[in-house]
Amino acid sequence: MGTVTTTQLRSMYEDMVTARYYEERLQEEYMEGKTPGFDISAGPIPGELHLAAGHEAAAAGVCAHLTDEDTVTAPHRPHHIAIAKGVDLKRMTAEIFGRETGLSAGKGGHMHLFDPDVNFACSGIIAQGCPPAVGAALAAMKRNESSVAVAYLGEGAISQGAFLESLNLASLHDLPVIFVVEDNDWAISMPKGRISVPQDGSKRAAGFDMPGVRIDHDDATAVYEAAAEAVGRARDGNGPTLMSVQVHRRMGHFMGDPETYRPEADQQRHQERDSIERLAADLEAAGVDEDERETIREDAHARVDDAIEWAKDQPEPEPDAALEDVFSNPPSGVTDEDPTPEFAGNGGADR
Amino acid sequence: MSDDEGRQATMSTAMVEAIATEMRDNDEVFYMGEDVADYGGIFDSTDGLLEEFGHDRIMDVPISETAYIGAAVGAAQAGMRPIAELMFVDFFGVCMDQLYNQMAKNTYMSGANVNVPMVLTTAVGGTYSDAAQHSQTLYGTFAHLPGMKVVVPSTAYDAKGLMHNAIRDDDPVVYMFHKRLMGIGWMPAPDGPKTAVPEEPYTIPFGQADIKREGADVTVVTLGLHVHRALEAAAKLADDGIDVEVIDLRTLVPLDEATILESVQKTGRLVVVDEDYRSFGLTGEVISRVVEAEPDALEAVERLAIPDVPLPYARPLENRVIPDSDDIEDAIRKTQP
Repeated sequence: MGTVTTTQLRSMYEDMVTARYYEERLQEEYMEGKTPGFDISAGPIPGELHLAAGHEAAAAGVCAHLTDEDTVTAPHRPHHIAIAKGVDLKRMTAEIFGRETGLSAGKGGHMHLFDPDVNFACSGIIAQGCPPAVGAALAAMKRNESSVAVAYLGEGAISQGAFLESLNLASLHDLPVIFVVEDNDWAISMPKGRISVPQDGSKRAAGFDMPGVRIDHDDATAVYEAAAEAVGRARDGNGPTLMSVQVHRRMGHFMGDPETYRPEADQQRHQERDSIERLAADLEAAGVDEDERETIREDAHARVDDAIEWAKDQPEPEPDAALEDVFSNPPSGVTDEDPTPEFAGNGGADR
Repeated sequence: MSDDEGRQATMSTAMVEAIATEMRDNDEVFYMGEDVADYGGIFDSTDGLLEEFGHDRIMDVPISETAYIGAAVGAAQAGMRPIAELMFVDFFGVCMDQLYNQMAKNTYMSGANVNVPMVLTTAVGGTYSDAAQHSQTLYGTFAHLPGMKVVVPSTAYDAKGLMHNAIRDDDPVVYMFHKRLMGIGWMPAPDGPKTAVPEEPYTIPFGQADIKREGADVTVVTLGLHVHRALEAAAKLADDGIDVEVIDLRTLVPLDEATILESVQKTGRLVVVDEDYRSFGLTGEVISRVVEAEPDALEAVERLAIPDVPLPYARPLENRVIPDSDDIEDAIRKTQP
């Protein structure tokens, strides 16, 4: 078991308050021009927006064990994970605002964040980030590297074939991959009890002969300790782990979601369980007092505000840039200066 | 140009030779697929590779296309050069998300900060009564969706050069080999795909169609198996004084529009022959490219394709829907004054 140090607690707290404030600020920016009648096409942030307030512990507790060399794939709700993985906050924000200097120059948006500098990628399709994470782990194994891969998914994704197939392939080859189910109880409007058996995603592990661990309280320190074991197992070549972390959905599935399907008591309950407050208590016990925590929060908020202001000042992409980047090489695929021209063009002797 | 001398090889031998050479030169290249190791590929696509490279690099995988093709995407994004085989292209339905939403789009969605240097090999085509779920080519489906280069060799020579280029390319390449052309013992190939193949490596750049036969009276644009059926028709028509030019597209993405236009400007008559479905596909695309670029160049145009029905089983039924050399001959005659 990894015993968490004060430095690590402080670092997780920093990630979590950054992520929480980031989502709150994005919510404000996103809703600008979208009220009173919600119009998805209006306002400074285009498209859908899936915010992760209440999910922070699952991101911070696992990513605390990762380096830039480790790969993370995130689903359509990726910001808190990207922040914990160290994705460039300014360029990520510019991408969300659809700007030219965004991570993908405005071609991806908030569900498709890619930062190769820290090996972070997303897929907006449920559970489909799992197979590429398995592939990154396969590459690490083949290259004899100690890096690991982490695939994040929601509890609504645990019946997707891509997830189940990935568990099989990862376990078959003892690949260094950790699957992290962020269980917020809801797949948009469908409570997990209506769509999944068993409801605890970590139980899927048993069918694939791999360890499954459930962290049923939204607690960054508990996630940290479970992830220490899982990441350690992966780095040591002992194969994959499936983790399921209870988190809380403090906002709608997407911004503009009226949540009319959701009982008020459930909304209330999700507001009350706050992993950030829980971690603050751990910090207090470790001697990091409220003054110090306030400084961490202020710094985090300033960083977020800076990133958002910077992003909003960035230019939009030129329209014709839409026609670029389908491929990274020329269409001909020729990377050599001289593709042996004496043979090229000869369709075969007797043809 | 012509290389009549030298070693003759089947298409599968040529394809495997390119893979083996790239694997020897680059440790990052590996092959994943169902029955690719001990079996050597159901259609000989990996014949003999296990003996040299072992199970770590010639990997049998679970029947789990989403997982292993997605794993190829992830390994490619990590900088390796995986080759993943989809045993029949018809199976694309079980893994289309990994192909289309991940493999084909991640480059674009990342603003080309990420690239996906992988090859998807897949067996295509009918003519042996494998019916609707094992006989399609789906050329048009893959070429329609942006983000994949689409390669369709028709000869051993082309198969080798295109495979070298595919593995070296930094982008995803869908390499569609026609089962009937591979030279498999139990599925005899027609004359034609077995050609002289140089021992040394060479690349054929994508987007360069090959004029397999020069002619002045009519242009036939085709690919894969139908290159050979068109050449057979052309040989018969030559006796009647009709001089047929046969263009083998070799790659659909990118498409060599220039070679098609040049030929049509010369002949004024165009026949497009496809082994994919007729509507919304390759034949319509080629014809509209010509019409857009040279509205007055065409005096006559015909197209042959699968008439918008699934591939049937019984021999007379399958023969009815897949164009043969007689159908091509008839279509060519219709274009003649």
